Amino acid sequence: MKNSRRSFLQQTALATSAFCLGFDWFKAEGKAGAMVASTVEAGRFNAYLEISSLGKVIIYSPNPEIGQGIKTAFPVVVAEELDVDWKDVEVRQSNLDTQRFDRQLTGGSGALKHSWDRLRKAGATARQMFIQAAAQTWKVDPSACKTASGFVIGPAGQKASYGSLASLAATLPVPTEPTYKNRKDYKIIGKRTKGVDNANVVTGKPVFGLDIEKPGMVIAQIIRPPFGATLKSFDATDALKMPGIIDVVSFKNKVAIVGQSTWQVMQARAAVSCKYDGQNLESESTHKKWFDEGMVTENAQVNRKDGDFKAAIAKAAKVVEATYECPFISHSPMEPMNFFADVRSDGSVLLAGPTQVPQSAQKAVATLLNRDEKKIEVELSKMGGGFGRRLNNDYALEAAELSSLIKKPVKVMWTREDDMMGGIYRPAVRYHFKAGLDAAGNMIAFYLRGVGLNAGNSTRQDNFPVGAIENVLIESVNQVSSVTTGPWRAPITNFLGYAEQAFLDEVAEAAGKDPIQMRLDWLARVKSNPVGKITYEPDRFIEVIKQAAEKSNWKKKPGVSQGFSVYYSHLSYVAQVADAVMVNGKPKITHITAVTDCGEVVNLSGAENQVKGAIIDGIGHAMFAKLRFNEGVASPSNFNSYRLIRGNEIPTIDAHFVDNGIAPTGLGEPALPPTGGSVANAIYAASKKRLYRQPFDI
Amino acid sequence: MSIQLTINKKKVSLDIDPNTPLLWALRDHLSLKGTKYGCGIAQCGACTVWVNGEATRSCVLPLSAVANADVTTIEGLSEKGDHPVQVAWDQLDVPQCGYCQAGQIMTAASFLKKNPKPSTTEIIDGMSGNICRCGTYHRIQEAVKLASEIAAKKKTSSTKKSAKA
Repeated sequence: MKNSRRSFLQQTALATSAFCLGFDWFKAEGKAGAMVASTVEAGRFNAYLEISSLGKVIIYSPNPEIGQGIKTAFPVVVAEELDVDWKDVEVRQSNLDTQRFDRQLTGGSGALKHSWDRLRKAGATARQMFIQAAAQTWKVDPSACKTASGFVIGPAGQKASYGSLASLAATLPVPTEPTYKNRKDYKIIGKRTKGVDNANVVTGKPVFGLDIEKPGMVIAQIIRPPFGATLKSFDATDALKMPGIIDVVSFKNKVAIVGQSTWQVMQARAAVSCKYDGQNLESESTHKKWFDEGMVTENAQVNRKDGDFKAAIAKAAKVVEATYECPFISHSPMEPMNFFADVRSDGSVLLAGPTQVPQSAQKAVATLLNRDEKKIEVELSKMGGGFGRRLNNDYALEAAELSSLIKKPVKVMWTREDDMMGGIYRPAVRYHFKAGLDAAGNMIAFYLRGVGLNAGNSTRQDNFPVGAIENVLIESVNQVSSVTTGPWRAPITNFLGYAEQAFLDEVAEAAGKDPIQMRLDWLARVKSNPVGKITYEPDRFIEVIKQAAEKSNWKKKPGVSQGFSVYYSHLSYVAQVADAVMVNGKPKITHITAVTDCGEVVNLSGAENQVKGAIIDGIGHAMFAKLRFNEGVASPSNFNSYRLIRGNEIPTIDAHFVDNGIAPTGLGEPALPPTGGSVANAIYAASKKRLYRQPFDI
Repeated sequence: MSIQLTINKKKVSLDIDPNTPLLWALRDHLSLKGTKYGCGIAQCGACTVWVNGEATRSCVLPLSAVANADVTTIEGLSEKGDHPVQVAWDQLDVPQCGYCQAGQIMTAASFLKKNPKPSTTEIIDGMSGNICRCGTYHRIQEAVKLASEIAAKKKTSSTKKSAKA
């Protein structure tokens, strides 16, 4: 199995380096992992598509697969417009190829939004070229021909397979304005397509970064300093005497232990002692102080100002105020950070492993080592999750720097403790909300200040209900911390969504309004007479809200308390209703109804996975996760005390999708932000207890 | 001193530190990468293998403790990847990132050996020792149910065949 993986990578490398854009023909080896490689002629019709004269359809998926299902979804779109049967398609992961692809990254739930037109065009242009080739052969009008399941069918019933037409089709001009399918004729898009890697996953094939093995490769683990500290000295005398240990080297305040095998490196690592220098290292009390200061400073950044908040709140009949807070949390993907690097004396570099941003890795390593970008090859492995963690290539740079120091191919592997204690975290944030209601209970003033620790702008100032409220002031304060932070699935909104939606529930209660009707009234206002700039589409909001109310039997379930939330992020809309009941005096979430508008659903199976997964992720982190800092050191450090949600702690979930045929938008993240809100509001409805902090105290 | 054991029906002899956890012996010394490292402290279940038929966390199990034992990993669960649990996992499209699934599958297959017709509650309890960070839990639970049905059908048809014979 090790060998088949290696030969697959070699084949892919061969395939991607052998020729440039256009219609080059080349010899390539057959299906990855085949015992005897069959040699077939193949034509690359475009970046995504290769069809051999034997009829084999290969679709390349360029974006890194992290569990979001993009390796399946992209080829589905190409195959649909090409009009071939899914069973006849072979999907291959493309390595980093900046000549052929742009935005070859995973982040921001943006892949389908960005590539939808490109993918459709890739399939539709090729389909048209096959029609053209058949029409020329048969001497008939192309418009009299149609396609089905990889065949062109002529007016007199002639039939030719794409494979038989491939060599002629590849010589024809590429149509600039191809004809696209009508969505009512879709055979694959919108249906359930199983993950293309399922067979590899269920049989344990070595497809992940941590599984990478290369000739001459050594293993390394790295001891990193507490946040804010510098390495003063280290003693590796004993470690260097231990079996299998090759070297112990230091760079950038880190100490790397290099050896033959993982266990030997782990043992030796425990024998290395490090001394650090550091003043004013951060603790939980430091962070509390920074939150407190940030809440009162006059120097906040103003992110949005509609009307005059101060004047409006002064004359409000009722004021609602609340403060919400979330801690730093770890991404904790099941596969800890790791990366392979081989920095060679000839100037070339091979990087391989799990990264959401391979091109950034290439550029950063080129800068770090002063090498030519073009000589840095990046192989993409499947990622064992990431949730934003692998947007930061710190671990890939570690591997490259270490390889250049020890002059060996090396795989750097983080332990779970390294992963949980070494950053890069979801920033800790505190929010303060204030709402002013008039005598009729209408919100006339809305205020939000976010104070984040390394969070940048911790608000999203154009979020609904902004646009419906006359007087709005939204500000943020960023406190600089030595704790490293970065995007965590649905950056900022993963907690802001909860805080906002929980606060609006308080507003509805104070106003004596139904939380759903209150939002629908606001959206009616936005439609007729919006306040300031709006970035969302009110009708799409209204649709998910109405469907969620209907499908959840809103407030019509006897004995069940319900909480509502709705959120717009990554260009998609998600409304949720959570059901809660009291069990032994404690609230329990039993069910969640989610209605999502992400435009066209490309793969229903994958879409359900993303929505349910994001909701479970949202519940788990709202309920359990928290990191604390003491003198720059994070705790806890592993899953025994950093609790992740388990299979006996989940509610049932119904995932519905709005069928509107709009071009697809994000789905990896959007179902997460509303989750904390629907859950907190249902818990309040059941127990009359408001939850202002993550992790929830229930 | 080398340690002998059987892995996926093959006799293996390993001449490495006997304290090496079985997980790293499999991954680093036998190139069986299907068994995953997740936490190293037996909390997440990604490293689950069978030792003498029992689902076991290999990350905390020293090699010395499995001398002469019979170990099955995900690579050895079935010859063609068609164990009922593997079939069910594919049919219901369980994996998202897929990293934890080898451990989930080894846990599920062991659970079903002991309890071939589990109730939903038994499935939930039986599988809750394994963490899935992507949150594929609903499909994991549905797939265990489906696997039990596939296995039952297989059994019936093979009984019929042998009855005919």
